[in-house]
Amino acid sequence: MESEHLTFADFLSYISRNQGLLWEYFLQHIMMVAIGLGLAFIVGVPLGILCSKSKWAAKIILFITNILQVVPSLAMLVVLMLWMGLGTTTVMVGLFLYSLNPITRNTYVGLQQVEASYLESGKGIGMSPFQLLVQVRFPLALTYIMSGLRIAAVIAIGVVTIAPLVGGGGLGREIYAGLNSNNSLRIFAGAIPAAVLAIVADVVLGILQRKMDLSKRKSDGAAPSAAKAQKPA
Amino acid sequence: MIVLEHVNKVYENGFHALKDINLEFKKGEITVLIGPSGCGKSTTMKLINALNTPSSGRVLIDGKDISRLNPVELRRNIGYVIQSVGLFPHMNIAKNAGVVPRLKKWDKDKIEQKVNQLLDMVGLDHTTYGTRYPSELSGGQQQRVGVVRALAADPDIILMDEPFSALDPISREQLQDELIRLQQELNKTIIFVTHDMDEAIKIADTIVLMKDGEVIQTGRPDTILRHPANDFVRDFIGSKRLQNESTYEIPLVDEVMITNPVTAFPSRGLAEAIKMMESKRVDSLLIVDRNRQLQGAVSIYRVLDQYGEEGKTVADVMHPVRYSVASGSTLAQAIEIMDSHQLSNLPVVDSNNRFLGLITRGSVVKHLAEVYPTIVPPEQNGEGE
Repeated sequence: MESEHLTFADFLSYISRNQGLLWEYFLQHIMMVAIGLGLAFIVGVPLGILCSKSKWAAKIILFITNILQVVPSLAMLVVLMLWMGLGTTTVMVGLFLYSLNPITRNTYVGLQQVEASYLESGKGIGMSPFQLLVQVRFPLALTYIMSGLRIAAVIAIGVVTIAPLVGGGGLGREIYAGLNSNNSLRIFAGAIPAAVLAIVADVVLGILQRKMDLSKRKSDGAAPSAAKAQKPA
Repeated sequence: MIVLEHVNKVYENGFHALKDINLEFKKGEITVLIGPSGCGKSTTMKLINALNTPSSGRVLIDGKDISRLNPVELRRNIGYVIQSVGLFPHMNIAKNAGVVPRLKKWDKDKIEQKVNQLLDMVGLDHTTYGTRYPSELSGGQQQRVGVVRALAADPDIILMDEPFSALDPISREQLQDELIRLQQELNKTIIFVTHDMDEAIKIADTIVLMKDGEVIQTGRPDTILRHPANDFVRDFIGSKRLQNESTYEIPLVDEVMITNPVTAFPSRGLAEAIKMMESKRVDSLLIVDRNRQLQGAVSIYRVLDQYGEEGKTVADVMHPVRYSVASGSTLAQAIEIMDSHQLSNLPVVDSNNRFLGLITRGSVVKHLAEVYPTIVPPEQNGEGE
């Protein structure tokens, strides 16, 4: 009912009055997501590689990461909290576990989908298994890995808004403060930046993902014209 | 020199893929392994770079048993070209071509120099193509790069697994010609797998014919064509290709000649003659009398030249036929006469000088096409083996 009286101007003025605090929440939000994802990337990619080495490892690892991801986010954070206590660390560990599945799975799928002819020629010309992985399979799996990261990022930005429930910071604080004090302005001030962040992350990582699709790589626009320019000379 | 000694390959499922293979690949030669799919030709080739290991027997390169060598090192010293090319899509052409020297840790400048030289050699200007990516090249161009990649580290041995069979016929011919040209310069030991007999005959110094994991016959292409070991080889060569010496004869003019050429009686008018040539789509008529004695010939030009004079018949404008061959002469004789007198056709007559038929260039070509029916190979499905 109060919302009838609220205008966009009120929202802007609220933000400008509290910009210091909101900025801090915003940065906390990003930081938690970044660290959680970063850890998941550091652990998930090698796990994905391990999966591609052995069918058994793939079964076991993907089974575990799958289970981790189907656990509801709130339940996961609460369980972690019981074990690790309140605080930002708990949130980041939660995000890490949550993001592991898309990254591991996509790394695995990315490595598996590399065309057999590249593997055959790589092996045939004398690449060791490690060189084949680093020089051929991994570059050609990059777009899949990026897509995993993108899925993980969008999920993480959403999940991290419940961080305050286990003592974490971030934009969720503003949302919960708003809910508790029945103040829509504060809810919006937390929810809108979080939503924008998720959309921006999705778009930016989507662009990156397309850029990293090296399987149909072309020389950049300048190269063919430069080559043409040389011909008449 | 590469030697295979009593090589057997038995897979876990019990399939006996290679049965006691004994082969010798001579230095500086192109040896072609050929046979129907599943005959073990690729399997045999892959023994040499240890992509495949024998269940029993030995593979020796210059006297050294390769099972004692590090397979990765071994492969870097053996060029490898495959049917699907397998250029890495994320590396540009120069990078792709120089991948083996890079694995061998050559000096950067040396790699660049070598790659540029080889790209130019196969007709891909390095300034234009070096910075492009595989997806921007045609199939034929990609396989040229594939060949450059195999040559870049200067290996003595090159293995080629149906390298040209996925290409269109024109690119295939070009690359075959280029391979022959390169080989004259480079003198590598090349082992080439194909299922295309024409390709084998064209490029091979030695052909090894395989079937069901066994070597059926080994020899120079000419030897195999002249003396096929058994019916399988004869079938594989194609019965009509170059027939066995004993049965192959130069055909007689009677087999080659057109038996129903366009003839006219001497009394025909010029307008009629033109009408006949028009409807039969020929540019000359042979003039024969009622006893089929050859009187002469008229060409369309001569008729048109005199067309204005209405009373004239073909007998008035025809020119005498100076050359003819007797029935029963060989085609070689006929061709020699046509060649030395610059004739476009040559009549065939019997012993009473009666007109029987006409040898034309077209009929000679048609006959040859029947003798060599498989010059354009029908197999273009590029199935792997």
